[in-house]
Amino acid sequence: MSFDLTFIWAFLIAFAVLVYVILDGFDLGLGILFATERERGDRDIIMNTVAPVWDGNETWLVLGGGGLLAAFPLAYALILPALYAPLIAMLLALIFRGVAFEFRWRTTRWRGVWDIAFIGGSTMASFAQGVALGALLQGIEIDQTGRAYAGGWWDWLTPFSITVGLGVVVGYMLLGATWLVMKTGGELQDRMRTRAWFYGIATVGFIIVVSLWTPFLQEGYYARWFSGWGIPLAGLVGLSVIALALLMFRALHVHRHDYWPFFLALAMFALCFVGLGVSMFPYIVPVEVTIWEAAAPRNAQVFMLIGASILIPIILAYTAYAYWVFRGKIDADTGYH
Amino acid sequence: MLESFDAVLLARIQFAFTVSFHFLFPAFTIGLASYLAVLNALWLWTKEHRYLDLFRYWVKIFALAFAMGVVSGIVMSYQFGTNWSVFSDKAGPVIGAPMAYEVLSAFFLEAGFLGVMLFGRDRVGPTLHMIACAAVAGGTCLSAFWILSVNSWMHTPAGFSIDPETGQFLPEDFWQVIFNPSFPYRLMHTVTAAYLTTAFIVGGVGAWHLLRQRHRGDEITPATRTMFSMAMWMAVCVAPVQIYLGDLHGLNTLEHQPAKVMAMEGHYESHEDGAPLYLFGIPNDAEQRLDYAVGIPKLSSLILKHDLNAPLAGLDTIPDEDQPPVFIVFWAFRVMVAIGFAMLGLGAWSLWARWRGRLYDWPALHRAAVVMGPSGLIAVLAGWITTEVGRQPFTVYGHLRTIDSAAPLAAPAVAASLIAFIVIYFAVFGAGTFYIMRLMSRAPSSQEPRLKDATGGPTRAAGITPAPQHARQHPEHVQPGE
Ligand code: HDD
Ligand code: HEM
Ligand code: HEM
Repeated sequence: MSFDLTFIWAFLIAFAVLVYVILDGFDLGLGILFATERERGDRDIIMNTVAPVWDGNETWLVLGGGGLLAAFPLAYALILPALYAPLIAMLLALIFRGVAFEFRWRTTRWRGVWDIAFIGGSTMASFAQGVALGALLQGIEIDQTGRAYAGGWWDWLTPFSITVGLGVVVGYMLLGATWLVMKTGGELQDRMRTRAWFYGIATVGFIIVVSLWTPFLQEGYYARWFSGWGIPLAGLVGLSVIALALLMFRALHVHRHDYWPFFLALAMFALCFVGLGVSMFPYIVPVEVTIWEAAAPRNAQVFMLIGASILIPIILAYTAYAYWVFRGKIDADTGYH
Repeated sequence: MLESFDAVLLARIQFAFTVSFHFLFPAFTIGLASYLAVLNALWLWTKEHRYLDLFRYWVKIFALAFAMGVVSGIVMSYQFGTNWSVFSDKAGPVIGAPMAYEVLSAFFLEAGFLGVMLFGRDRVGPTLHMIACAAVAGGTCLSAFWILSVNSWMHTPAGFSIDPETGQFLPEDFWQVIFNPSFPYRLMHTVTAAYLTTAFIVGGVGAWHLLRQRHRGDEITPATRTMFSMAMWMAVCVAPVQIYLGDLHGLNTLEHQPAKVMAMEGHYESHEDGAPLYLFGIPNDAEQRLDYAVGIPKLSSLILKHDLNAPLAGLDTIPDEDQPPVFIVFWAFRVMVAIGFAMLGLGAWSLWARWRGRLYDWPALHRAAVVMGPSGLIAVLAGWITTEVGRQPFTVYGHLRTIDSAAPLAAPAVAASLIAFIVIYFAVFGAGTFYIMRLMSRAPSSQEPRLKDATGGPTRAAGITPAPQHARQHPEHVQPGE
């Protein structure tokens, strides 16, 4: 293992995906929670908590995809056709939920339709992302040249990928609910506080199931987790997730914090992501292609790294600024729309 | 073999369909973002209320169009991989970097400041709000810069070598990759096209309200006049520039992709001694000739070579398997050029009307402007179809064929996704277009509601009907920073 440019790029892409999962995760979670909040006013508030920032959140998805093409073109070319159906479903779902942000304020008669588009789009996109992750983890069939996908167009569909899909839906609901605990007040906040409980428990349940299942998908994972440093590392990650979950429940119900539950839920997600990285590394297409085999040539990596190291800090700064501008609780009177 | 061809054909249709839809939105929003920035600056500078009214009027339309541009754009960035994976594997090392720069420098900038631009006027004050407007406008132009660089590289590849083992294109010199030979021309011609597109939409809407207010005997609002007048100034100044840039672009193409120009001109046969400019004709690829041709002798040589008698080679000098399909290229090109001249004509007419003091008072002119409203969108699509179909049968001109670029997908998978795209795009973007048209059908008032009020913010849920609510929420006195 060497800390070369390829490694830095793998880290940056993983970073982009993690930021995406965290930011759009709570957006999509709000979309799913829309289904349970029937009140017009509550729905307006929920949507307004992210109206000014959702576009920026989604851009991290573009960076994940575009960055993969730029830094690991071979991986991009192998993974995307293999995940054709879930990815197309995700893209179409994101269309529905993206336009719903604008369209639902433009019509009274059809508002219900765009509410359904928002719910359906968010749920479908979350589920498809989970399925895609599961399908990637379980491995992709590659032809003998090593440069083309060789499987069928239903290969992604397995009990494992469905389970991961459901897990992501529930996890995003947890993020959405804790976000609302932070951004709203009154009854809506109380309801979300109670619900975050259930979503939290369900999320932890899915994390346990998926973590126990993953080592048995591929020889490589098994060896990674159950030999040498694997066992203490697995123990550490596992215990930390549980500890974070407990802290979150305490913050939610014992201390009745507004902010901490959200950040602790984010930390839980980040930690799972680290676990995922440990499983996969150094493969980018498990367990066929390593990051070094898929990497773009060195001069391309250098050229992009110059831009990334200047622009990413700037992006983070103005993204933080945008969140700061729209900080504070949202109530019925601070609609942005 | 037949089967794999089907999947490729379907993938081509899917790509052409989705990118055409996507491009309609940026073509409008690139110009509109700049227009809004200008309006905002004029408002801050002159404190004349009509500029604020116009800003508020168009920003609602902008928000809708921008959202549609974003969601259709995300589809594009994944479609390179899902449907053109071989292309992505081979060309990724070269085009990936400029595309990553597009995300980092343009998309984040737009998305990051969009919220402040739309909703933040009260929260950040006039200066920062102005900066946000400028950032969004600049972001759209930067986005055009990078994506057009990538696209131009596919037409006139430069600054690379080919890895003999993997067949990948390897970057040798990124400066040459980005500033490849057709890029400057394509960038200028396309950004200008976006400005024209917006100008004609704004002008069309302005003209529509002039006609309506006149017809009803209402007073013509200052905002309506300003909108029409600004748009017509754009037409006057930019349409001739666009034609000139188009000419330069064509000369550049003649140098680098002569087969495309032959198809655009309908020149199947070579002309030793001055080639005619065909105005009409039915290209017949099978017989390799232009049926029912009507042409002006020697004019094509004059335009392309600046010499009446210059010889011009025809498609008979190009091997069959390297020829683009002529019919589409020939006619798409004529549509674009015809619209270009019509735009020039309308600009000239408006100048004449202005000179005679009848700019706001000449129904025939206004009717023409309404008809020409969507012409920019059509010209832009026609131009792109000329360009892209004229590049066939290659994706990377001269190096990688379209047939060899596609992903190893089963035809039914692509057929299913294509149908889903068609149904969903027409339904969703159809609804969006309807909402945009509905906003446009309302005249800009002198108390144009803010985005958040006009859209029925949460307070409307309390059972208050929109009309009194507007009255309530509109303090007559408006601060500049508001
Ligand atoms: C409002 C839009 C608009 C208008 C009025 C025109 N064009 Fe255009 N044209 C475009 C919008 C456009 C475009 C969408 O921006 C294209 C597509 C790809 C490109 O580079 O620009 C284009 C491409 C394009 C090409 C193809 C270049 C290539 O593929 O290599 C040529 C030769 C011209 N144009 C020439 C003209 C001429 C001579 C025009 C005037 C009479 C004209 N265009 C009007
Ligand atoms: C935005 C306006 C654009 C429009 C309207 C457009 C239109 C089209 C059309 C009509 C085709 C089909 C050609 C054919 O198969 O005969 C096509 C193909 C293609 N274009 Fe474009 N294009 C646009 C921009 C771009 C850009 C910016 C890129 C690259 C970054 C690009 C890359 C491609 C690719 C990869 C194909 C697929 C291969 C092919 O079928 O040729 N296009 N486009
Ligand atoms: C001439 C061709 C193109 C131009 C000028 C262009 C320009 C733009 C602009 C200005 C936006 C901002 C949103 C908007 O205003 O609608 C946008 C969005 C987007 N475009 Fe295009 N585009 C072109 C073609 C493409 C192609 C071929 C791709 C695929 C790689 C693409 C990918 C995207 C993506 C991913 C977004 C969403 C960005 C976000 O999240 O903010 N575009 N494009």
